[in-house]
Amino acid sequence: MSATAPLACKPGDYKSETKPIWCPGCGDYHVLMSLTRAMATLGLPPEQIAVISGIGCSSRIPAYTSCYGFHGVHGRSLPLAAGLKIVRPDLAVIVASGDGDGYSIGGNHFLHACRRNVDLTYLVMDNHIYGMTKGQPSPTTEPDFDTALTPGGSGVRPFNPLVIALASGANFVARAYSGNPLETANLIVEAVRHPGFSFIEILSPCVTYRPDQRAWKDLVHSAPVEATDDAARAARRLMTDDGFNLGVLFRGNRAPYRPATDAAPCDQIELEKGFEI
Amino acid sequence: MSDTPKAGAIDSPATLYAIAYEIETDAVERYKLLAEQMETHNNVELTRIFLDLARAEGLHAEEIRRMSGGLGVDAPHAAAAAWRSESPESADLGMAHYLMTPRDALLMALAAEERALAFYTGLTSGTTDTSVKKLAETFAEEEFEHVELCRRLLRRYPLPADAAGAADAGDPDPPFAVD
Amino acid sequence: MAEKTSVSVAIVGSGGAGVLTTGAMLLEAACKAGWNGLMTRSVGPQIRGGEAAALVRLATQPVECLADNVDLLVGIDWVSAQRFEGEIALAPGSIVISDPSAGPPPPVLAPAGTRIIELPLAQLTKANPTWRANMIALGAAARLLGLDDEALRQIIKLHFEAKGAGVVNASVEATRAGGDSVAAVAGAFRLAPPQSANGKRWLITGNEATGLGAVRGGVRFAAAYPITPASEILEWLAPNLPKVGGTLVQAEDELASINMIIGASYGGVPSITATSGPGLSLMIEARGLATAAEIPIVVVDVMRGGPSTGIPTKSEQTDLNIAVYGLHGEAPHLVIAPQSVTDCLLSTQWATFLAEMLQAPAIVLSDQALGQTQVAVSRPADISFIGKRLCATEIAAPYKRYALGGSGVSPMAIPGTRGGQYTADGLTHTERGIPTSGAREHGAQLDKRCDKIERYDYGALWATLEGDGEIAVMTWGSLTGVAREAIARARADGIAVRLIAPRLLLPTRPVEMAAALHGVKRLLVVEQSHSAQFHRFLRAHYTLPQETSVLYRPGPLPIRPSEIYRQLTRGESL
Repeated sequence: MSATAPLACKPGDYKSETKPIWCPGCGDYHVLMSLTRAMATLGLPPEQIAVISGIGCSSRIPAYTSCYGFHGVHGRSLPLAAGLKIVRPDLAVIVASGDGDGYSIGGNHFLHACRRNVDLTYLVMDNHIYGMTKGQPSPTTEPDFDTALTPGGSGVRPFNPLVIALASGANFVARAYSGNPLETANLIVEAVRHPGFSFIEILSPCVTYRPDQRAWKDLVHSAPVEATDDAARAARRLMTDDGFNLGVLFRGNRAPYRPATDAAPCDQIELEKGFEI
Repeated sequence: MSDTPKAGAIDSPATLYAIAYEIETDAVERYKLLAEQMETHNNVELTRIFLDLARAEGLHAEEIRRMSGGLGVDAPHAAAAAWRSESPESADLGMAHYLMTPRDALLMALAAEERALAFYTGLTSGTTDTSVKKLAETFAEEEFEHVELCRRLLRRYPLPADAAGAADAGDPDPPFAVD
Repeated sequence: MAEKTSVSVAIVGSGGAGVLTTGAMLLEAACKAGWNGLMTRSVGPQIRGGEAAALVRLATQPVECLADNVDLLVGIDWVSAQRFEGEIALAPGSIVISDPSAGPPPPVLAPAGTRIIELPLAQLTKANPTWRANMIALGAAARLLGLDDEALRQIIKLHFEAKGAGVVNASVEATRAGGDSVAAVAGAFRLAPPQSANGKRWLITGNEATGLGAVRGGVRFAAAYPITPASEILEWLAPNLPKVGGTLVQAEDELASINMIIGASYGGVPSITATSGPGLSLMIEARGLATAAEIPIVVVDVMRGGPSTGIPTKSEQTDLNIAVYGLHGEAPHLVIAPQSVTDCLLSTQWATFLAEMLQAPAIVLSDQALGQTQVAVSRPADISFIGKRLCATEIAAPYKRYALGGSGVSPMAIPGTRGGQYTADGLTHTERGIPTSGAREHGAQLDKRCDKIERYDYGALWATLEGDGEIAVMTWGSLTGVAREAIARARADGIAVRLIAPRLLLPTRPVEMAAALHGVKRLLVVEQSHSAQFHRFLRAHYTLPQETSVLYRPGPLPIRPSEIYRQLTRGESL
């Protein structure tokens, strides 16, 4: 490819030739559409974007883009992405996950990614179920939801991702609904541009195991209030959140993580002086 | 789907051409996406139907481009940014199913065309700009024809007496574990 | 009395006695004077205030392990000192220095008949409140070894200058008084003058050498989760990586640290993490990912007693199985075991080089005995291994990240390279990196990852091969130096013994090993494990002589040269 090739600017330029294996009707198709639209709006060349994921339906998304991607192990997308972003601050690094990958097996990394505040964008496609392993309950599944693994329901209180993100120090916290791709795309654009760790919980229905989630399109609504930069105010809003408020909840002002690196690196022979006697 | 387009933002034929063109190209994208999904899931009949729908919407988009003489259409993103809404004609991807029938697809298309018709009809009464109003009436007529076409086609695919409608019911193949 | 070529000193005491500082200063002064030596420590489980022993060996020639016995045992006090039974064994003719007010040394350390020199530490420090008991003990030990007063004074100055001239002077006086108090036996363990030591003199631990080797090999990113006895690698890298333009990040756990280095290496930067057994267990899944996605990484495992939490502060060679076999599926990778404290530098540098060249994970299998031992040596010679990854630059569409053919190493596109976009994947994939469950692609990629590692020419560094004869000792890691010392003793007795110590444990080298074993009739395998892991590994991969015996024992007690020597000289049967 020649160095003078024009920059990609249409959503289609960010799609790969690999066809998704998601079930028709899956919300993740919409998320892919939103993601490619957001990339087009950002106007970044595909080779300057890396999409990092773990395991699960949602984590298949990197290969469906024309960007650099990494489909890693279950639950570990955030540290892998942090390592990449720290050594390659020139890249836009977007992390894609699901409610099982991100909130269950990867739950610890979620806390520490929020704390560490590396300049990443974290998109969690939440369908309240494990889709790729045939419908077991995830941390966001309702306690009375009947599954083969938990007959009669898990009886376990659901995890509240926005509360955790806010309490752990995420610098941008938002909720989106996959069925509103334009709004979701706009949120992704904003999240990528916002410095530090940006988290978007994307409600993304599973038509195979949760056909009831088709009703989400009638339940979601725009948040009645503007975003705040006051974490305490955002926390109070979450106390009355019905789980379907969409939009930006919190835009923080914390400086992103910056590793200590000497401005003027020395020759490595200098390091040996510490051993001389 | 979510918001309806804000009529006030559409202040010139150029903007309306741009939006109309966006609406059609968005429809092409979605029908192509649905065709791909059906192809991946081995639903041959629906693959063909969605490709046909995509082709029809593509022809419509080209028709708008021809009508506009390039006015507005070549800078679609500026217009779309000002507009900031989902396309009224977007097929609801969330209603797709791998076992969906031609009837399901036509119902999906009909719903999209009806939303487009409602959008242009609403615009004819919502704008004070006569040139915009005139153009919106043209587009509304076009969409009305599409609605009628969908309804005619639907008569070929009556609801089977024993079907529950949605393909969710009666799937003989359970889902697989993949990862 | 004849001058000695090697003297071993043990300094023991309990909380606050400054035992480890004393040992370190003794080694530093000896290094300054031109001698070689090493120091290890044995400490109780307490974070502060526990019983401690500094085990120092000084010699005219480079030494790589502790001697069998201690020549000089210095007790600053004897509280809980009986815990060192088995670790500190006095040599015939040895001397114990003991403060009479601290009571007699425990009989398990100093059996009846041991020669005891009384050093009234409590009395001296009471009379001279600015003196510290450990400085008096240091002076006594230094005088007995024949250590130059000036070298000692310089080291005292180095340590205490920041605390003021008063502290320096008091310490110099205290050491002089300590020296004078052993005048009756002065020179009992006098070391022969150092061999002319040209060039720079270094004091370095195995863990520090590991860090330096990584930097020399090109590592510029490290992710760290603290664990004993590996933390010093990370603590050395933390201030030093930024000096050369690199970065270290503390991770939330070992799962994060290994995934961070995979991410950083995917971004084009050679990367490392260091851990011990429990951490290595947690990293298994991601090691498989790095293998499948062909991402070069270096993971250092500083082995300690296991299983589970085991004995964090003591050495054992029992992570061999997990390093070699501890992955699901078939995942060819590199396992490299350093053979001495300074070899940690070479081995880590080589491991980094190989990981980068072969786009595969490399495990450096060090252990506590190497990592936490400090040696006084001449600066090790440079080696030229600087990893150079095969990267894709001019890319013709469609880019095949995992292209087959050639050496099996395929050009890797680094993010930012136009036209090289691909998704690295732990799923079985095609040449383009697209997931597949096809049998043909699965087999082809398994072959590719196997071939690139198997076919590479590793050269002479794959093993240490010394000596000749029909008897051989086969060992690995930190026991290499122990075996070398035993073999030298046997050779002095007229018994020719070969040393075979593979540095490269994976991939195995059957052809080279067959050549190394050619003509060997009797083989002694030596290792520090309870189940003879190394011997089982050798039997699985190599053809061993019919007469093969195994000396194996778990930690925490180190295997001594005399144990190997006894096996070698026990007549016909090993």
